[in-house]
Amino acid sequence: MKARVTVTLKTGILDPQGKAIEGALRSLGIEGVASVRQGKVFDIEIEGADPAKAEALLKQAADKLLANTVIENYRVEVVG
Amino acid sequence: MKAAVVVFPGINRERDMARTLKLVSGVEPAMVWHADTQLPAGTDLVVIPGGFSYGDYLRCGAIAARAPIMDAVRAHAGKGGLTLGVCNGFQILCEAGLLPGVLMRNAQLRFICRDVYLKVERSDTPFTRGYNAGQVIRVPVAHGEGNYIADGETIARLEGEGRVIFRYASPDGMIDPNWNHNGAINGIAGIVSERGNVLGMMPHPENHVEAAIGRTDGRGLFAGLADALKRAA
Repeated sequence: MKARVTVTLKTGILDPQGKAIEGALRSLGIEGVASVRQGKVFDIEIEGADPAKAEALLKQAADKLLANTVIENYRVEVVG
Repeated sequence: MKAAVVVFPGINRERDMARTLKLVSGVEPAMVWHADTQLPAGTDLVVIPGGFSYGDYLRCGAIAARAPIMDAVRAHAGKGGLTLGVCNGFQILCEAGLLPGVLMRNAQLRFICRDVYLKVERSDTPFTRGYNAGQVIRVPVAHGEGNYIADGETIARLEGEGRVIFRYASPDGMIDPNWNHNGAINGIAGIVSERGNVLGMMPHPENHVEAAIGRTDGRGLFAGLADALKRAA
């Protein structure tokens, strides 16, 4: 089973990397970008075929390692 | 002093740290590998040095914080054992949940390697008994992710409980954004745990301990620790 964990910075957490990317887009002449926040995507292959079990496993992985919940939120998706 | 220096793959300041511990206390520290599950018997100080554990993959310190040895470090700290994390060591202690907050990318996005001035906020801790409260020391920093942040409630608690031990300052001890090179909230350079036995700090006091290098401002931290442990023994 394929799954995806998306980790994003919580609202209000300063994101200097996102700001730098925002500036670079502007300097490339790409107009209309209001703001950029940088995050991470983990594509994960899960053994077995039980989506509920996969989701529980992914949440555990995100809580224990993939995200630092002090500053980050995460979303898990079982893609199938 | 029976110190143990924890070594993870990618850590590169462990020899500076071991050399300083030996120089100041006269006792060679044990080097403990990340895959070990126990600290040497009688360890009274655990030090996590600086470097780039696991190449800073995922987040600085994130993978090291989950290494096998960290359960033993957690148990040591949980019993009130003195624990010091410098630079990457501070990041690892935060990721391990032994200290609150996170070290984010420097606000200016640059890796900064130079001397900074620190105001020592308190002298009544085992880590700072070698200094006077309000004293300014000059020590080097070398990091790209030293920008300390935590939620407002945590910052208020740290400040209210006097757990900010070192702050970036001007040479005459003023807390000024111009002397805060990485953007850390309130100029926070080092904090202690609730019980005061775990210190995390971004700057490297272990690199300013010998006159031959130019300065000895960092020596007070290690001399103070050695003295505190001698008294406790």
